[in-house]
Amino acid sequence: MSYYFCIVGTRDQPLFELEFGTSKQGGDGIARFSQEARHMNPFIVHSSLDFVDEMQWTNNQMYLKRVDQFASSHISTFLTPTSTRFMLLHLPHPPNTAPQSTASPNSFPPFTPYTSTPASTTTGSRSSSSSSTSIPNNPTSPQTEEAIRAFFGEVFEVWIKAIMSPFGSVEGKLGSPVFRQRVVAAGKKYL
Amino acid sequence: MTTTTPALSGPKPLPPPTSLQQQSSAQRAPPQPQQQHTGLRTPSNRKTIYDRNLNRTRTTELSRASFAYLFSEMVTYAQKRVTGIQDLERRLNEAGYPLGQRLLPLLLYRTSTPTHPAPRPTRILPLLQFIAHTLWRHLFSRSADSIESSSTNPTEYMIIDNEPLVNQYISVPKEMSQLNCAAFVAGIVEGVACSVGLGCAVSAHNAGEEGGMWPGKTVFLIRFEEEVVKREGAGK
Repeated sequence: MSYYFCIVGTRDQPLFELEFGTSKQGGDGIARFSQEARHMNPFIVHSSLDFVDEMQWTNNQMYLKRVDQFASSHISTFLTPTSTRFMLLHLPHPPNTAPQSTASPNSFPPFTPYTSTPASTTTGSRSSSSSSTSIPNNPTSPQTEEAIRAFFGEVFEVWIKAIMSPFGSVEGKLGSPVFRQRVVAAGKKYL
Repeated sequence: MTTTTPALSGPKPLPPPTSLQQQSSAQRAPPQPQQQHTGLRTPSNRKTIYDRNLNRTRTTELSRASFAYLFSEMVTYAQKRVTGIQDLERRLNEAGYPLGQRLLPLLLYRTSTPTHPAPRPTRILPLLQFIAHTLWRHLFSRSADSIESSSTNPTEYMIIDNEPLVNQYISVPKEMSQLNCAAFVAGIVEGVACSVGLGCAVSAHNAGEEGGMWPGKTVFLIRFEEEVVKREGAGK
């Protein structure tokens, strides 16, 4: 699974962006988005903000779970009380081999999500046999949902620490390297 | 009121007494130039605000005297730069607003548990309850005295405090009898309500009667925007 994480302010401006890959099941923590997907990700996340705006008033939880799906990308959202949105786009690694691209010709997107299919046949067969519910492969499973909840919970804590500074604005860009480090660590720990 | 001030500059660390600490400080030493290179400056004990626990100051209280001193300085500072009472109240309100924006997530974080995350107060009543109880208790160690809704105007709500802490050491001169320095607290309330998405304007009014039981009684009048009340009605 590859992840694109973005913190979006109340005026729909991005405050923080991060790409990372799964660290579970021997993942190396590196995002495997293709060049095209990398450009598309901010658009996909931006388009799902509308869903979040609607859900904001019907769901009073902070963690809104999976709000949107675009092709094989899934978007989970955490809404802070001040309406700052944590958007996490997660794209599962393709099953195991190449025919994936020809399997569904009608579906979006026209781009292939990965530069290369990750991996040797051994990991491929292992994951297909053992892990239909595991985090790196199934974005809709309850396990994934819980892992993302834990990830968001940790980012929320770090984010509060960041905005508590009286010298910055709540809507300001989150440029601190320590903040980034903490988010990366949370991603490594849970996803 | 809670502050999360990082220890920005500490005294130089003493020479470490044990070999273990020496070792760890030796390990820490190399990244120092690199850090300087990236422009990140960390305090000498290498603790940033991100290393602080958010619950650390949960139960600690600040000295009332120092708060009163600081607050009187704030009022004086604002008073020197304004043209009238309304302007002064607006300034105090603006000083409180960012505080409300920050207290909202912090207090919700503190009331959450991993299994039961606190809900966002998206409707008017839960929001008022959050303000009058959770927020008030955090700021003043007690709840507000009552919450009322206006009988004539559906967009108006009131939170009543019989004896606001901020006004305790403030005597307002006769010619400025309109002034209520609890406008600062009104700003905090406004910050909380607006950042949760329920747009409103909050003002503080004197409601005490001369010789009554609560001469310092203050009403925080919350005027929600039309859309907020409309949405509230649609959601029912």
